[in-house]
Amino acid sequence: MIQTHDLSFEYPGGHQFNFPDINCKENEMMLVLGNSGVGKTTLLHLLGGLLTATTGGIKIQNKDITKLFGAELDLFRGQHIGIIFQNNHFVHALNVLENLMLAQSLAGAHRDKQKCLQLLERLNIGHKAKSKIKFLSQGERQRVAIARSLINNPSLILADEPTSALDDFNSNEVLKLLEEQSKKIGSALIIVTHDNRLKDKIDKKVILS
Amino acid sequence: MKISTLAWRNVITNPLNLILNIILFGLGVGLISFLLLFNQQLKDKFDNNLAGIDLVVGAKGSPLQLILCSMYHIDNPTGNIPIKTAAPVLRPNHPLIKKAIPLSLGDNFKGYRIVGTNHEIMELYNGKIESGELYKNNMEVTIGKAVAVETNLKIGDEFSSAHGFEDDQDLTHDHASFKVTGILAGTGSVLDQLILTNTASVWAVHDHHEDENTVENHNHDAHDENADHTDHLHDNSNSDLLQHEDKEITSVLIQYKNRTNFQALNFGRNINENTEMQAASPAIEINRLYSMIGVGTDTLRSLAIIIAIVSALSIFISLYRSMKERKYELALLRVMGASRVKIFMLIILEGLILASIGYIFGALISHLSMEWMAGYLKSDFRYNFTGWVFLNEEWILFGVSLIIGFIASIIPAIQSARSDIHKILSEK
Repeated sequence: MIQTHDLSFEYPGGHQFNFPDINCKENEMMLVLGNSGVGKTTLLHLLGGLLTATTGGIKIQNKDITKLFGAELDLFRGQHIGIIFQNNHFVHALNVLENLMLAQSLAGAHRDKQKCLQLLERLNIGHKAKSKIKFLSQGERQRVAIARSLINNPSLILADEPTSALDDFNSNEVLKLLEEQSKKIGSALIIVTHDNRLKDKIDKKVILS
Repeated sequence: MKISTLAWRNVITNPLNLILNIILFGLGVGLISFLLLFNQQLKDKFDNNLAGIDLVVGAKGSPLQLILCSMYHIDNPTGNIPIKTAAPVLRPNHPLIKKAIPLSLGDNFKGYRIVGTNHEIMELYNGKIESGELYKNNMEVTIGKAVAVETNLKIGDEFSSAHGFEDDQDLTHDHASFKVTGILAGTGSVLDQLILTNTASVWAVHDHHEDENTVENHNHDAHDENADHTDHLHDNSNSDLLQHEDKEITSVLIQYKNRTNFQALNFGRNINENTEMQAASPAIEINRLYSMIGVGTDTLRSLAIIIAIVSALSIFISLYRSMKERKYELALLRVMGASRVKIFMLIILEGLILASIGYIFGALISHLSMEWMAGYLKSDFRYNFTGWVFLNEEWILFGVSLIIGFIASIIPAIQSARSDIHKILSEK
C-alpha cells in the first residue's frame, strides 16, 4: 500500500533527515517511534504529501506522490490519505457532521450524509453529529478527527501522536479504535509517536534516531 | 459542500465582527446611495416642472426667485407687474410667442397656493380633469391631486383663503369663499400642488385684503357688488386681461413658437433692458441652482469616499485577522484536498459576501431614510420624494462595493493560498 525508498529531507537551514525505507501493506499497522527532534513529524508530513521530499520516492496505491504537485497532490491527499493530527483542527463554523461532509466534497467524493452518520455512530459519537466543535470534549474531538480521516476510505491513515496526551485507559481505547476502523476499510495505518506505551502493542515498527 | 457555502458559514460564525463590518460598510454605501437618490429625484422634480417653459416674465428682482416662485412655487414673488406693462407679452398673435400664461399669486389654503391663471396651464403640465370640471366663474377653483388628498377638499366644498403663502389662521379672509368645482388627476408635477382659479378671483380676494387694512367700517356688501362689477372678466382670456390695464398680475409663463428663432433668443434680453419687467430663463437659472447646491454634494461625496475607504480597510483587517486565527483551519482544508486556488477563492468569497451584506444594509438605510425625509420635504416644499425607487446608479454602486470587497480580500487571500501547511501544522 505504501512504500518509500531513500527518503530524505533537508530544511533550508541545512538540517538533513534521512529516513529508513517504509513498507506497509493494507490492513497492516505500523509504528514509527522516536524521541523529539528526530524528524517524526517531518516524516509524517512527507508521507502525507504536505512536504516535498528532497530525495527518494513515496509510492501510495502505486502512485509516486513525490511526482505530484499543486492541486493534483492536494486532491490525491484528500482522496487517499487520512491524517489525524496531534492537535485536532476543525472548521469551527461547521458542526461535526458538516465537517465530515466537507471532507467528502473537498476530496471530490459524493456527499453521503448516511455514511457520515453511520461512521459517527460506529465511533460512538453519533449523538454529537449536530454539535458545534467548540462544545465537544477533548476525547470527542479525537473521535471526530478519526472519523474524518476515515470518511473517504483512504488507502493510508497517518496518525501523529494520537495517544500521547491520554491516560493509559484512553490510550488503549484510541489504539483499539484506530486498529478496528482501519482494518474495516482495509487501509494501512501508520502511527508516529514517542509514546513508549505503544511499543509492545504493535509488532511492526520503525525507530528513528 | 460548496466553497461558497463554507465562505458564508465562516462569515456568519463571528457575528460581532460581521456587525462591525456591516455597519462601517453600510454607512458608506448608505450615504452615497442616499446622495444618488436625493440628487436624482431633485433633478427629476425640477426637470419635470420645466414643462417646456422657455421664459418667465415678472417684476424685477432675483431671476432665480422669479423662477422658483412662478414655476416651482417654493419662493415668494419678486412683486407684481401692472397689466399695462405686461401687455406686449400678453398680446394675442404675438409673432414669437406660442403660449403666454399669466399667473396671479398672493393667497393660499392650508399652504397650497391659489393661482389665478387661464386654462392653458393645463396643457403645460399635461393636466387632466379627474372629476368635476375646470373653474369657469369667479371664485370657482380646480384643485390639484395632492391638494385634494391632503386637505380632503371635495367637489362643492367651500373654503376661505389666507393671505400670503403660509398656512396661518390669523390671515384667513373670512368672507371670500372659494368653491371647488373640479379635481385634477395626478401629474407628478407642481400642478398637483396648486389651486387653480381665474385671475379675477385673485383680484377680488386681493381687493378685500386691501380694504381690510385701509378702510374701517367698510360696507362689505356694497363693496362686493362694486368689485364684481369692475373685476369681472368675460372669458378670462389674455385679451380680456388687457381690458384691465390698472390691475396687476405676478408673472407670465412663456412658450416660444420656435425657441431657436434668433429673435426668440434675444427676447428675454430685450425685456430686461427695455422694460420695467425682468425675464428669466428656467434652464439657465436651474443650472445655476444645481451648481450652487453642487458644492455641498461634492463635500458629501468626498466624505462618502473616505468612509468607503475606511470600510474597505475594515473588511481587510477583519479578514486578515480571521485568516491568522484560522490558519490551522485553512491548512486543514488543504490536507482534506482543497487546492491553493480553492483557498484563495474562499477568502475572496468571504470578502465579497461581507461587501454584499454591507451593501444591502447601506441600501436599506438610504432608502428608508429617504422615505423618512420625504415626509419633511413634503411639508416644507410640497414636493413628493420617495425612498421606494431603485436607480441604475445603485447597480453601479453595488458593482463598486464588490470591487472594494475584492480589493480588501485579495491580500489575505493570496497569503492564505501561499501559506506553508507543513510549517503551520508543525507548530505545537
